[in-house]
Amino acid sequence: MSRLIVVAPGVSSIQDIGRFGLQRYGVAPTGAMDTGSLRRGNTLVDCTVGTPVIEIGPLPARFEISGAPIRIALTGAPRTLSINEKNAALDQTHVIREAETLTLGSARGATFSYLCFEGGLLAEPQYESSSLDERAGFGSPLKRRLQEGDILEIPSATAWPSERSAANPQSGLFRHDVIRVILGPQDDYFFPETISQFLSTRWRIAISSNRMCYSLDGPKLAHAKGYNIVSDGTVKGSIQVAGSGQPMVLLADRGTIGGYPKIATLTTVDMDRFVQIPPGGEVRFEAISVERAQSMLRTQAAHTALALKAASNPRGVNEDALISENLAGSATNALDPAAFD
Amino acid sequence: MYTIPRILACGDSALSVEFGDDIDDDINTRVLSLDRNISRQMIAGVIETVPTYRSLLIHYNPFMTSYTSLKRDLIPLLNNQQLSQIDTNRKWSVPVVYGGSFGIDLEMLASEKNLTENEFIKRHCQVEYRVCMIGFMPGFAYLGGLDPSLATPRRKHPRPDAPKGTISIGGEQAALQSVVGPSGWHWIGQTPLEVYAPDRHPMCLLDPGDIIRFYPVEQEAWSHESERCAAMICDAAK
Repeated sequence: MSRLIVVAPGVSSIQDIGRFGLQRYGVAPTGAMDTGSLRRGNTLVDCTVGTPVIEIGPLPARFEISGAPIRIALTGAPRTLSINEKNAALDQTHVIREAETLTLGSARGATFSYLCFEGGLLAEPQYESSSLDERAGFGSPLKRRLQEGDILEIPSATAWPSERSAANPQSGLFRHDVIRVILGPQDDYFFPETISQFLSTRWRIAISSNRMCYSLDGPKLAHAKGYNIVSDGTVKGSIQVAGSGQPMVLLADRGTIGGYPKIATLTTVDMDRFVQIPPGGEVRFEAISVERAQSMLRTQAAHTALALKAASNPRGVNEDALISENLAGSATNALDPAAFD
Repeated sequence: MYTIPRILACGDSALSVEFGDDIDDDINTRVLSLDRNISRQMIAGVIETVPTYRSLLIHYNPFMTSYTSLKRDLIPLLNNQQLSQIDTNRKWSVPVVYGGSFGIDLEMLASEKNLTENEFIKRHCQVEYRVCMIGFMPGFAYLGGLDPSLATPRRKHPRPDAPKGTISIGGEQAALQSVVGPSGWHWIGQTPLEVYAPDRHPMCLLDPGDIIRFYPVEQEAWSHESERCAAMICDAAK
């Protein structure tokens, strides 16, 4: 076992695929904001997709290793990564040795990065998840965000024939143009003109945005039948229109129940692209049917599975090593669409 | 209540079955009844359900089912659905210290309604409340059944950090808040009952459909009542 010492955490927390089954008691799933980057990183380090990782926000961060070497991969937001002041590639595995430092620059044009570890960082899941949920009192090994001086236990690296890398399988991830949505469930609380206005506006992600909710700056949207609905359930991607007329996109750490009309919901195919838009970034929405959204999701999953399969192969194929390590077999979990949430 | 429930897409991984658009016991009973039927049936692709006042939110895995096929799977449940009795309507007696620093808005609310504080407390205690839904925050219980004479519109500006155990009124709804968090409701009292605790079994003492009665206790009785509540939670775990 090795130790990762948090020298400068930026804004980071431990997240995995999320905690499901407790929304009926008011506990949100939380989990990684950008689940595609979580899956890619965990696949690179040969873990199942839901393994806990460190989600790192846009600020610079720094870690130091103590003990035996560990293997990492950093996915998500474009930013500089250096190992002992030497530049290192994103979307690639790296071995880091005793006393070496891992330095992340500021995120560029996106928000979240995922620092993934071979063997997964040591945690005791509660309700099958280690994701941080401060309000509900869940999170392992920490029930709060990372702080300077924290020490996390990481399994030591094993011998690999060569390191793995992934061409970004979601090419276009950081093109922030159009995000597809499905209208409703309360689009009937808005005039048709208001829905057209919602779909034709270039919205700006508010500075106040966080893991709970991204507010959208732009025109105020008028409610046709008042703004007090009988409170009902929310999902990741619900777009509520508050009493003030400002749309708010509810995300991983949202309240499970909301009392404002929901004009539309983000599609899963565009969710990761949306959550990576940094505060101040712009977005436009396009409405599609739920049937189309689901068929696009299946196509995307097939493409992602192929890209991840490629990512799980070492560079320069060494067939003997492949067979002995059973890499393809170990990647199966990560590629199973059923494991996707 | 709608004659035919409405099924609404909530994105591509959830749908809502809506039985009406107001707060009403019959509507909520239908929601809870469908919730229990679904949990008994094990419908393909259903991940979890969230019962609320007037609708049931169903989260599903879009790789295991689709909007169209899940809707088809739900139709027989909706057609055959009887207004069944809710089989887990357990009853809880919940102690409350009203007013003073435990319920900073009680004095103002009572005087607004030309009631003495005691009369206000009596009206708050003499009815049975139904837990209609739990959510927004962990363990936050939305209660139906408030005496209409006590209804008070929510505050214009929510306040941060309502203490855990806060008993509050917002519009025609009453609530029992279990963890510290913001609230735009009026705070009339506080209970030592810990509805929610992440490391405990049961994590959340209440379930939608449960019945609650409040009884007033003096501030001095707080620790004694806490013990009684802890024993109640122990019994529930058995």
